Amino acid sequence: MEQIKDFINIISAPQISFTAIILLFFFIFPPNDLFYKIHRGLRIHKLWTKGGGITIFSFLTIFFIFGITDQNFRMIVTKPDNVPIVALLYLVVFFLWFSLKQAYDNDKRIDEGKGPNEAEDAKQKVLVWPDLVYIELIAMVSVAALLLVWAVALGAPLEEPANPTVSPNPSKAPWYFLGLQEMLVYFDPWIAGVLFPTVIMLGFISIPFLDNNRKGSGYFTFKERKMAISIFLFFWLVLWIFLITTGTFLRGPNWNFFGPFEYWDKHKLVALTNVNLSELFYMVWQNKQLPSNILLREMPGFLLVGAYLGLLPLILAKTLFKKVYERLGPIRYSVFIIFLLIAISLPIKMYLRWGFNIKYLVSIPEFFFNI
Amino acid sequence: MSDSNKKKEMWEKIQKNQIFRAIFRTGGSITTHKQRVLVTLNNVFLHLHPVRLPKHAVKVKYTWCMGGLSFFIFLVLTVTGILLMFYYRPTVEYAYGDIVDLSEQVPLGLMREIHRWSAHLMVITVWLHMFRVFMTGSYKPPREFNWAIGVILLVLTMLMSFTGYLLPWDQLAIWAITVGANMAKATPFIGSAGPGSSLLAIGDVNFVHSASDAGFAMLGGRFVGEGALLRFYVLHCIGLPFVIMLFMIVHFWRVRKDGGISGPT
Repeated sequence: MEQIKDFINIISAPQISFTAIILLFFFIFPPNDLFYKIHRGLRIHKLWTKGGGITIFSFLTIFFIFGITDQNFRMIVTKPDNVPIVALLYLVVFFLWFSLKQAYDNDKRIDEGKGPNEAEDAKQKVLVWPDLVYIELIAMVSVAALLLVWAVALGAPLEEPANPTVSPNPSKAPWYFLGLQEMLVYFDPWIAGVLFPTVIMLGFISIPFLDNNRKGSGYFTFKERKMAISIFLFFWLVLWIFLITTGTFLRGPNWNFFGPFEYWDKHKLVALTNVNLSELFYMVWQNKQLPSNILLREMPGFLLVGAYLGLLPLILAKTLFKKVYERLGPIRYSVFIIFLLIAISLPIKMYLRWGFNIKYLVSIPEFFFNI
Repeated sequence: MSDSNKKKEMWEKIQKNQIFRAIFRTGGSITTHKQRVLVTLNNVFLHLHPVRLPKHAVKVKYTWCMGGLSFFIFLVLTVTGILLMFYYRPTVEYAYGDIVDLSEQVPLGLMREIHRWSAHLMVITVWLHMFRVFMTGSYKPPREFNWAIGVILLVLTMLMSFTGYLLPWDQLAIWAITVGANMAKATPFIGSAGPGSSLLAIGDVNFVHSASDAGFAMLGGRFVGEGALLRFYVLHCIGLPFVIMLFMIVHFWRVRKDGGISGPT
């Protein structure tokens, strides 16, 4: 028992769990034909069948039942404000399975030359009264009942009166912003708290203008929209839900990482040996002093960031994303690739931190400008 | 005369009554096709819907009900929120005590619980609504604009929840908002701890400092205090609901104008 818990504690460290998720992700949600072939070859598509659904849910439930026997796990999961996130996990997994099952069923029908299930249904017309109104009524009554039961069973949390002189450790933002707070580990607040939310919002708004694939509108399908769904799920599941889960359940005092079965020890020490790229470049690699000129000092970082956002899109357009570029055209492609690269900079920064202990690529504390 | 006949006669009498006719134009028992159509057309709430729909559009497996439920939960939040406003005073002196009284003194004091859990649930249903809309490709033309409105509604939902988080005025509240406010202070150029703010100066005079930056505008002070509580209260109860209502009106209107709920063509 204890060995299992220790094992789970170790593999849930972001270094391991995040890597595993990224490696598996494109086989589970293949973005192109090549990955799709492997995906079918490995029979991963069986996940989106009834049997697959039962398996996923059994695992999830067994994990929670097993976990709840552990005191530390119980303490985090049953905190009143954390209950919605447990519900969120279940709902997200359920609706992921539910949408993909319908998508794969439709794909099969389309391959056989029949239209999607929705087209079959759409041939028939129904009246709003009573066919839709009673569904709405049932939905409203059920949710109202759920809320009542939830409210009776679980009191809304209320801690000690506000005291500006005593800060709790850890202080956490509301759970739906914990993805942003988790990004603070890797980026300064102006990026994690201002730039990223803006980019996420603009990125979402621009989806319909970037995705010029006219297929798959108004019915569930995966095969006709592989790339769009894969990219969307990568951001939504990996960079949003995963970070929120980590931030909520696995971040304890001093924002240190704690496994799900680990005691939140206030005195846990994690060695911080992070260095800036400029220090690495001049002091470690060349054994020199840091130049006093700021621009010269940060030149390696500026060049790197400049190449990443300026040069890489061009290279990608000629190589890996050649087909994407042809389909989107120059303007759509430029917007798409900038959003994509900014988003991917988060995992890149994570690995730079874990692999090389890099704190900032560009560090100008004089102007609060750190990347 | 049998009992059921009597009942039937009574029911018919009620339906012919002037008051009943004044309220229910379509009549009491809706049996014919024409009446079913009229019920939707005559009712201001139901006429958000079209009269007839393709069958896939009412199926729960296609719609997940998430958009409609988000709106329903918004209404629950409005009603419980109004009730909570009777008991709550947004001052540092009273706020916490009023919340305690709410659970200890007010009969059937469940409103705060329902309000809080509804708020969490609404964030979840809005996310899932967005997820469904994405997975069915419903953002594709002609619905691009409505998708953008939806993204803004999602952000507003989280802001509503965020501003409400401060109102209990407990440790959880002020420190969660402090985390958020620190991010606002780091806004480029207009935040005192953000990149570029020190460039906005003439000589030694800084235009953007800790009493004139984005964080100060958000909190009405340098720290989460009296000013912040009032600001968040007004935004939570009047400001953001007003804005979110406007966007919802456009959102619902555009659903109809863009051809109703999406479907295979």
